[in-house]
Amino acid sequence: MHNFLFGLYPYIALSVLIIGSIARYERDPFTWKSSSSQLLRRKQLVVGSILFHVGVLVIFFGHLIGLLTPIWLFDALGIGHGTKQVLAVVAGGIAGVMALVGGGMLMHRRWTDPRIRRTSSFADNAILALLLAQLVLGLGTIFVSLQHLDGHEMTTFMAWALGIVTFQSGAADHIVGAALIFKLHIFLGLTIFLVFPFTRLVHILSGFSAPIRYLLRPGYQIVRTRRQKPLAASDTPKSTPAE
Amino acid sequence: MRIRAQIGMVLNLDKCIGCHTCSVTCKNVWTSRDGVEYAWFNNVETKPGTGYPTDWENQDRWKGGWERTRAGKLQPRQGSKWRILSNIFANPSMPEIDDYYEPFDFDYDHLKSAPEMEAFPTARPRSKITGERMEKIEKGPNWEEILGGEFSKRSQDYNFEGIQKEIYGEYENTFMMYLPRLCEHCLNPACASSCPSGAIYKREEDGIVLIDQEKCRGWRMCVSGCPYKKIYYNWESGKSEKCTLCYPRIESGNPTVCSETCVGRIRYLGVMLYDADKIADAANMADEQDLYDAQLGVFLDPNDPVVIETARADGIPQDWIKAAQESPIWKMAMEWKVAFPLHPEYRTLPMVWYIPPLSPIQNAAEAGTIGTEAGMPDVRNLRIPVRYLANMLTAGDEAPVITALERMLAMRSYMRSKTIEGVVDEAIAARVGLSGRVIEDMYKIMALADYEDRFVIPTTHREQVEEAYDLRGGCGFTDTNGCSTGSSGKSLFGGSRKPLKMPTEAM
Repeated sequence: MHNFLFGLYPYIALSVLIIGSIARYERDPFTWKSSSSQLLRRKQLVVGSILFHVGVLVIFFGHLIGLLTPIWLFDALGIGHGTKQVLAVVAGGIAGVMALVGGGMLMHRRWTDPRIRRTSSFADNAILALLLAQLVLGLGTIFVSLQHLDGHEMTTFMAWALGIVTFQSGAADHIVGAALIFKLHIFLGLTIFLVFPFTRLVHILSGFSAPIRYLLRPGYQIVRTRRQKPLAASDTPKSTPAE
Repeated sequence: MRIRAQIGMVLNLDKCIGCHTCSVTCKNVWTSRDGVEYAWFNNVETKPGTGYPTDWENQDRWKGGWERTRAGKLQPRQGSKWRILSNIFANPSMPEIDDYYEPFDFDYDHLKSAPEMEAFPTARPRSKITGERMEKIEKGPNWEEILGGEFSKRSQDYNFEGIQKEIYGEYENTFMMYLPRLCEHCLNPACASSCPSGAIYKREEDGIVLIDQEKCRGWRMCVSGCPYKKIYYNWESGKSEKCTLCYPRIESGNPTVCSETCVGRIRYLGVMLYDADKIADAANMADEQDLYDAQLGVFLDPNDPVVIETARADGIPQDWIKAAQESPIWKMAMEWKVAFPLHPEYRTLPMVWYIPPLSPIQNAAEAGTIGTEAGMPDVRNLRIPVRYLANMLTAGDEAPVITALERMLAMRSYMRSKTIEGVVDEAIAARVGLSGRVIEDMYKIMALADYEDRFVIPTTHREQVEEAYDLRGGCGFTDTNGCSTGSSGKSLFGGSRKPLKMPTEAM
């Protein structure tokens, strides 16, 4: 069971994430959206959404860098495991509280405001609950890791994550002895990956790509032409016609 | 010089009777769907008033349009690209639905299904969002109809800038006019520039600005970016929507629904040729009052042989060039100078233009005389203050508006003299810088306004650019991608919301 949950389930979840997202983008791009409810109720959204998103982004990149950077790189840079753990606990703790407060506001708004409640789908409510549960679990791990600040347990998670993404068999063995709360946190995280393509979470991918394309877009305007060869142009960029 | 063609529109406000036929027919065709009940791609406002959404003209509040930075650079009023992106989690300048109005319907069924009661049954309103009873309707799509509401509220109208407005609150000095509004299909659209997804684009062949529903991700920057507040967020589909200038009709040479159904025959559609290379400079004039003239400078004379030759080389079809030569828009905007862009100071170079309305001569009866200037009534005595119109149409520059109003008065005067007294008085025409011949042309197009004079729309030449063989077996004109229904109701992706129970079921 342990091997299934932490050895195979990651691959299932990531496969569904990747294939599901491609399928949705290909088959039904019309449904690919952020599903903002700001129009219906501004109250609580501005503060809640900013706190939540900034917090979650810090946590996301923290996990990405913290888990997937090879351990030898930290050693080469002279960053001790204990130092890294303290850094993770402090940065993650602050961002986690931000996200939890923001997410709490968003959930309060979603469940108590009649306009938002009425227009929410099951997936909208469920994914918010999942994310908040994951935040609570993640913040809960802080209390466990504070009991041993040598950074050893953290390196086992890094070994596991690196093992998974580099297709090492037996990656799950690294975390056999981890505390239950860590295991729950990992399982729930993988589950969020699993449901990703079926929820509004897909807007995260657009959120990463849109700014890059927006900033790289020469000038501001977009003109679409039906011509095969666009008219020799100057300042305004032209994109090809849509299929 | 890089020539493009644009379908432009002119609305003759002098003839608008405020019947809302344009709004209703547009609504029935385009926005009678869930999520856009509150949206009116075309609406008619009574001015002076704060409009729909409330206070839309106040760009200090909504940050729509463009601004010229101190360094002389043109950027969206919302801020640079970085600034717009930093607001992606929550847009601080976006209106809430209550700034438009909460959409509602009435319990009509109750009128026939109510049991025998002491009091006559009434149809009470219910929210179209929550399905719940609304005790009081606070706002509607046309809340200030015929000067509804207190003057203190209506007079927050942005166009009173620089006017001693208090006297217009007095009954004797009241004035009003109608302002039908739709997407301006700007030459320099601020909505398109604000879109991080790049979903909003301008079509090269006819200038229509559209939103690619498959590329829109619902970041909502266009809603605040558009200074005319003519982009609406569909809260059901999570995408932005806007006026399409009825492009399926335009492509086949038909006028838009709002124009076709206008009973006052106030709307005109036609082709304008313009120089795409001049847009950036024209939108970036240092003085706001130069923007109107700068936009005139962007348009190209379709009778100029050089322009015709370049247009042909740039791939503009012959019938489009011919349509540009016969364009009523060209005549009213460029030859007679009676039509003006709405709020050129937003720097979007709008392409829906307005002919200012004449109004009764103010205080004429009171004074016993009408202020005249060389036999013609002085337009400064018109009931609607010229400054008010200028604030709306020329960034406050009164001179062009005065000329336009004088020409319209001259047209009346000349035609009255001709048809009633049988005297052709060229002096009247000469006084406003026109000839009798031109005035008769104005009369034909602006007063008689025959269908074929109002709408000079060439058809789209898809056959030149599209391979029809590839389109076979397609789904035709659909709301969304391919053959998808557009509703995510039972879709694997997206899930469904609880269906809204409307009164017929709830009671």
